[in-house]
Amino acid sequence: MFRNQYDTDVTTWSPTGRLFQVEYAMEAVKQGSAAIGLRSRSHVVLACVNKAQSELSSHQKKIFKVDDHIGVAIAGLTADGRVLSRYMRSEAINHSFTYESPLPVGRLVVHLADKAQVCTQRSWKRPYGVGLLVGGLDESGAHLYYNCPSGNYFEYQAFAIGSRSQAAKTYLERRFESFGDSSREDLIKDAILAVRETLQGETLKSSLCTVSVLGVGEPFHFLDQETIQKVIDTFEKVAEDEEVEAGDGEAAVAPAEEGGDGGAGAGDQDVAPMEM
Amino acid sequence: MTFTIPIDNGDALKNAEADSQRTLYPYVTGTSIVAIKYKDGVLMASDMGGSYGSTLRYKNIERMKAIGKHSLLGASGEISDFQEILRYLDELVLNDNMWDDGNSLGPKEVHNYLTRVMYNRRNKFNPLWNTLVLGGVKNGESYLGMVSMIGVSFEDNHVATGFGNHLARPILRDEWHADLSFEEGVKLLEKCMRVLLYRDRSAINKLQIAKITEEGVTVSQPYSLKTFWEFKAFNNPTAGAEGSW
Repeated sequence: MFRNQYDTDVTTWSPTGRLFQVEYAMEAVKQGSAAIGLRSRSHVVLACVNKAQSELSSHQKKIFKVDDHIGVAIAGLTADGRVLSRYMRSEAINHSFTYESPLPVGRLVVHLADKAQVCTQRSWKRPYGVGLLVGGLDESGAHLYYNCPSGNYFEYQAFAIGSRSQAAKTYLERRFESFGDSSREDLIKDAILAVRETLQGETLKSSLCTVSVLGVGEPFHFLDQETIQKVIDTFEKVAEDEEVEAGDGEAAVAPAEEGGDGGAGAGDQDVAPMEM
Repeated sequence: MTFTIPIDNGDALKNAEADSQRTLYPYVTGTSIVAIKYKDGVLMASDMGGSYGSTLRYKNIERMKAIGKHSLLGASGEISDFQEILRYLDELVLNDNMWDDGNSLGPKEVHNYLTRVMYNRRNKFNPLWNTLVLGGVKNGESYLGMVSMIGVSFEDNHVATGFGNHLARPILRDEWHADLSFEEGVKLLEKCMRVLLYRDRSAINKLQIAKITEEGVTVSQPYSLKTFWEFKAFNNPTAGAEGSW
């Protein structure tokens, strides 16, 4: 995307019918560190990569609890994300207070989208520079939505946003058809595997990712590092096992070789010399 | 066509002129509502009277109305305030339907919304002069609750308003049990309504019974109860105390 004379104001259309400021805001989402969401019929898992400014600092919080039955993962300008999370919490708690009932996630997402749209049609505002993956429950089960700075929202079975999210999306595209009936454990495993895809070769450790789960009968909560590490171990171990087996194979070969040499000494014709 | 222009004097708590627009006492009132949970849902009974003080002035007032798909609201107290509440709920249900997203307001949500409305009005010293009974069924679960004009709110297996609290609930406490059939439920409600008819002077002998189940709401046609006045004690009631009435 290059600079042009129609991109100064959010309220200026380009001759080809584009609002460049809104599109630039969506670029900001692509620069943030990855966030991934996937859902089955009854559960939603949100996972993200923990990016820290430097080794000295702590990592930014990118997943927020909105209510017991709604969570949100953000990518982009985290300050904007925090403000929107506060708005979502406010909406959810007001609904809960008035109706003694959880706010259906589909309705929250529409409120959020309408709020974002306002910023695309006022000359004194700017669009929110953050993409939100909203996971939650309503009467028809578990849902995952993606809210854009443009004010659009879409429902997904699985999605990834932020930098290097394409790698995660490719992984999810291969597997998403089975997610609907996935067990909770398989869903978590797939989420962590998708996070691994975005790391592009960096070793996956539990300290590098944050994972949250919510579902029917299970309020939103974060998984602790131990649990995440255990899941990582189940698939990272497979790679280790192959190395160990190769090592054992070599060890097994050596004594046989000695035996073979002994045998060869006694009767050369009977025992074929072992080949390394 | 003539109509009055409402006077907006602003905040009823701070502005002296607006004070005159606060509710002070009720004018046209409905008497008790009695309601019970039964096997398939909730049954509610009310008479069709609207009293103007001690005059039984209006005899065709429907004091029970369906709300949305899942709820039934009955009201005693000021009839005009009940009509105002129905307008609030109309708007609520309309907005809920406009979402068109498979979610809908159940009886619990409506009950809590009404509790908030009643309590907030009471805090502004401008109450809606009603005691409301909210019953309903959603996803197989029956719900029955009550809200008073000061915002007191609770749920129970059987509720009553006004005189019903004193005359009907003792009967219900003895004779209500879970899983009443429809016929048993109606008989029980009629027993309560008959006692109220004898003893509550603002009751009239024209009642309706409403039923709400998973299928929806039905309000019966108005009918009257058979009464018996030939008790021996009613003949020559002053026999033991000459001069009294």
